[in-house]
Amino acid sequence: MKLILTEEQQFLKDTAQSFARDKTPVTHFRELRDNENSQCWDESVWKEMVELGWSGILVPEQFGGSEFGMAGISVIMQELGKTLTPSPILSTSVLGVSAINMLGSDEQKENYLPKIVAGELTTALAIDEGNHHDPFAIDATAVLDGDEWVLNGKKVFVVDGASADSILLVARTSGKSGESNGISVFVANKDSAGLDITKISTADSRNYANIEMSDLKLDQNALLGEQDLAGETLEKILDLGRIAISAEMLGNTEEAFEVTVNYLKERKQFGVQIGSFQALQHRAAKMFCEIELTKSAVIAAMHAADENSNELERLSSLAKFQAGETLHLVSNEAIQMHGGIGVTDEYDIGFYLKRARVVEQIFGTSEFHQARYADISGF
Amino acid sequence: MEHLEQFRQEVRDWLDENCPPSMRTPLVPEEEVWGGRNAEYVNPESKLWLERMGEKGWTAPNLPKEYGGGGLDRDQTKVLHQELFRIKARPALNSFGIWMLAPCIIEFGSEEQKREHLPKIIKGEIRWCQGYSEPGSGSDLASLSTKAEDMGDHYLVNGQKVWTSYADKADWIFALVRTGPKEPKHNGISFLLIDMATEGVSTKPITLISGKSPFCETFFDNVKAPKENLVGVENSGWTIAKKLLQHERNFISNFGLAGGGTGSGADVVNIAKKYLGEANGQIANSAQRENITLHKMKEHAFGLTLQRSGDEGAKASAASSMFKYYGTEHNKDRYELMIAAMGNKGLGWTNEGFSDDEQAITKAWLRTKANSIEGGTSEVQLNVISRRVLDLPN
Repeated sequence: MKLILTEEQQFLKDTAQSFARDKTPVTHFRELRDNENSQCWDESVWKEMVELGWSGILVPEQFGGSEFGMAGISVIMQELGKTLTPSPILSTSVLGVSAINMLGSDEQKENYLPKIVAGELTTALAIDEGNHHDPFAIDATAVLDGDEWVLNGKKVFVVDGASADSILLVARTSGKSGESNGISVFVANKDSAGLDITKISTADSRNYANIEMSDLKLDQNALLGEQDLAGETLEKILDLGRIAISAEMLGNTEEAFEVTVNYLKERKQFGVQIGSFQALQHRAAKMFCEIELTKSAVIAAMHAADENSNELERLSSLAKFQAGETLHLVSNEAIQMHGGIGVTDEYDIGFYLKRARVVEQIFGTSEFHQARYADISGF
Repeated sequence: MEHLEQFRQEVRDWLDENCPPSMRTPLVPEEEVWGGRNAEYVNPESKLWLERMGEKGWTAPNLPKEYGGGGLDRDQTKVLHQELFRIKARPALNSFGIWMLAPCIIEFGSEEQKREHLPKIIKGEIRWCQGYSEPGSGSDLASLSTKAEDMGDHYLVNGQKVWTSYADKADWIFALVRTGPKEPKHNGISFLLIDMATEGVSTKPITLISGKSPFCETFFDNVKAPKENLVGVENSGWTIAKKLLQHERNFISNFGLAGGGTGSGADVVNIAKKYLGEANGQIANSAQRENITLHKMKEHAFGLTLQRSGDEGAKASAASSMFKYYGTEHNKDRYELMIAAMGNKGLGWTNEGFSDDEQAITKAWLRTKANSIEGGTSEVQLNVISRRVLDLPN
């Protein structure tokens, strides 16, 4: 496994870089926020991404996708992360596609995947129920009643849950909370009776929802794959999500760092550029080192996913951990090094801090992944 | 690729035939090979292994064949290393000559110097040491004051070097000397090769906080060094000095990560399980387990970064400062974690009450403190990253 990009992946990265720079600079996100856009992402921008084929990067060719893999979609997310570009790419093109493709029957794939590729369907994965990510702590239940599934329970902090056309609901069909066995995944239309979706307002001004299921009735086709057996696959789907979001976080970090280093070269106090002060230089140099480590962890993880490596879990946790630690550090230092201007809403750097803390939480904090890494490694 | 696999087979066949059996067993410190005029071989197979590898040029696989090197390209060198690793072969030769000096002679030396020195370095016939630091010139190396006066056909060298590793065992020294006392400090330095057997050269070992060490002080008292031993142009030695430091940094950071160089190479997780005990197969103390996990994850990411740097084909550059900084700080951290996990067993000095391994870890812990000082302090590395990579102002 070489830790570099192929020509194809580099091309995707370059395309995404131009896209983000030209179509969705940070001002794009600011406008969405200021206008209180209800879904927090722009339909026409998503349409353009779909036209570039980004919705179908993980979709098999037979369903209209390109199969460019996790490396392909990760480098796109990295570039979009630089300008804080909101889109349903994570919830739909990574999580939705992976869940349907890895769990679903041929008929289900045929039903959903081409629609996702065409931009006609967006999805959200509803998994967490508590204040912290804990993938098997599932209390929501699904019970078969005649030829219908009946779902009850709640889901919180569902990424893109406030806009998705279909919600992928993780529910327990047997066993008890904490067990991997007994977990099943269902697809429900957002307008289903018994499905109550409430948009929540978060510091990063993105799209999240809390979801209540009260006797939500779904037909048998709504079950993705087999009953009780989704747990292990779900872990893999989450690992892909973790890698993709780590790539986005790397992009957030790179941009926040670059803006900050440039500021150190421009800003003058005491008659000199503040970047000439060693107290700031050494902190910047240490951030540089951590960013280099993050790049390596992310690229290793995305290649591991594409090569179906048995190191996937460990590398996915390493990537999310390292991306989280580094973004945490850089987002704090970026504010401090900007001084007063850094804490104003008018200046963009604060957006990176607000976004940072949210993505650090999604699919497990650094502490979560540190514990997971230790367990897998046998420490 | 096919070509490469054919090369791999050739390497395998050659190693099968030529790597002596005892050279495939774990290295014991007293059998480490550094070569040189006065080398003593506890194990005769070490000598045989060096001669065979030296003849082949594989002690310096990527140096040109015409000067005795292996003449291998990057991929072939990697294959050779993989094959050596596969049979757990001991290093045939440890050599500052190969790691630091040879790349600089290739880049800056005269044709005569290449022909004279490179083959002897590669075969391990001449052992080199490095004369850089002085008592008054540590991080501010360019302030060095060992002077070399132009006496027509030779330089007359007077002054003192310090931290010269293995000076008491080396045959030659590559030294930075001041040839232009009136020039600005960086512009008056030359890179001079001096035979340690020359009259007026003397050495004295230095004892460290960790005990005995290979470090020495080296004194030059009216030493005559022929002019032909000047590398590059007079007063332009600083350029060579900086280049050599990059090679040194790469070497230290790689070595540090491998756990070598500083003694035991013991694995921190195994140490922790042994001295803290296990609970359900896990390190029993949860706080130390967390600290160790953090350390191992950083090590993993750092290892991937070294690999990525190789895959990208990056040349020795400012990135070497990052590797030196991170690798040495990480190595210090490892030993702090190890002695913490060992509790009072990590504090032994002699064998009264402590096993050999325990003492070795304690000594290695103390020795690692120099890792982030030697070869340019961590603070100097951070300066280099700030200026050369981030382009921050002076």
